[in-house]
Amino acid sequence: MTSVRVLVGTRKGAFILNADGKRERWTIDGPHFAGWEIYHITGSPADPNRLYTSQSSGWFGQLIQRSDDGGHTWTPVGNTFTYEGEAGTHLWYDGTQRPWEFKRVWHLEPSPSDPDTVYAGVEDAALFRSTDGGHTWQELSGLRRHDSGMRWQPGAGGMCLHTLILDPAHPGRLYAAISAAGVFRSDDGGITWRPINRGLRSDWLPDPTADTGHCVHRIAQHPGRPDTLLMQKHWDVMRSDDAGETWYEISGNLPSDFGFPIAIHAHEPETIYVVPIKSDSEHYPPEGKLRVYRSRTGGHEWEALTRGLPQSHCYVNVLRDAMATDRLDPCGIYFGTTGGQVYASADAGDTWTPIVRDLPAVLSVEVQTLP
Amino acid sequence: MIRVILPTPLRALAHLEGEVQIQIDGPVTQRALLDALEARYPVLRGTIRDRETGRRRALVRFYACGQDLSNEAPDTPVPAAVAAGAEPFLIVGAIAGG
Repeated sequence: MTSVRVLVGTRKGAFILNADGKRERWTIDGPHFAGWEIYHITGSPADPNRLYTSQSSGWFGQLIQRSDDGGHTWTPVGNTFTYEGEAGTHLWYDGTQRPWEFKRVWHLEPSPSDPDTVYAGVEDAALFRSTDGGHTWQELSGLRRHDSGMRWQPGAGGMCLHTLILDPAHPGRLYAAISAAGVFRSDDGGITWRPINRGLRSDWLPDPTADTGHCVHRIAQHPGRPDTLLMQKHWDVMRSDDAGETWYEISGNLPSDFGFPIAIHAHEPETIYVVPIKSDSEHYPPEGKLRVYRSRTGGHEWEALTRGLPQSHCYVNVLRDAMATDRLDPCGIYFGTTGGQVYASADAGDTWTPIVRDLPAVLSVEVQTLP
Repeated sequence: MIRVILPTPLRALAHLEGEVQIQIDGPVTQRALLDALEARYPVLRGTIRDRETGRRRALVRFYACGQDLSNEAPDTPVPAAVAAGAEPFLIVGAIAGG
């Protein structure tokens, strides 16, 4: 029978939530790696029992954990992330150049076809790949060595490569998003890269339409419409219909066009979800009302989804990797908050229920739809 | 035998309880001690010393015999009481935060 496994990374460990296809009754398993920051836990599309976890700590550094049995048992694999060749320098907040220095793995993206191949987006921004199940990691250094690299600078959360999309329709095409550098595309399997930020506007930059320097928070792609990309930027929800060559704004009637995650309905490529957040300094929902906004028109026109979500005194945030969808019909939508709630909707966002309310702050949410 | 006490998160990571006892042939330096510890528990590689530079991680401290040895050169011998197994070598997660 079809079931759903929700993988939750938090500030203090990982949790695995399970339900059958009805998505009404949940079991909660965890914490795994108690006390450690879990920036990301995710599964291989090619083998759902193969999971990868980024486990890190300000004290004890970075580990990668791997499970071959759906998260019941874990084995630490390789944690050597060495920049290839000269590390080089990037721009620091004070305008000086600072050497690239590995800090942590933000995002793991397993190959859709090979359980042993997995990519890692790291801080300071770079892309690594393992083809042996996480035991060894090699940098795809063309991204970090891009001519613009010296001008990249950290966003408030660090200079992180936080989103990686392996294009299902164009072999060798990858998208990577970096805060605060922007979006980059490779068409040769990650060897060479170019920025694809035309149409983005960031008024805090000396040149608001510069090639790089944009604080992109998250990008999403629907596998059935691979040339369309959706973006939640630090201000502005954006869309591209030409594989990132040009972008245009679709913020429309959102109460705030700031936010972190963006997700797409599994079966409706024009149905998009965002969580508007008040900024620049507050980083909580406008008016203290936690609302997911859904567009059924590919952007511009948005409706507030509120049923089951707190509509008063709610001051949590939803981080960039903390929203995901399942592949059931109706499509399930899931998100986690910095207040430790994981909310689920089994009806494409019409109604919401907390699966669990009091976890540590949620950093990431991924969903596996299991046969 | 050299006695080593790890901080709780690293004990959990290495699936061990209480003190670790390790045998070291030759001079007992900080480097030799940590090399032997990591050889026995490979999961600790990178958690105490940076994998790239080999340097102590900033928020990890080394104490023994009432002294802070964190900034000793890696090839300096550890105190005689540690080398003799009379006193433990403490690896400590620094107090950081509020």
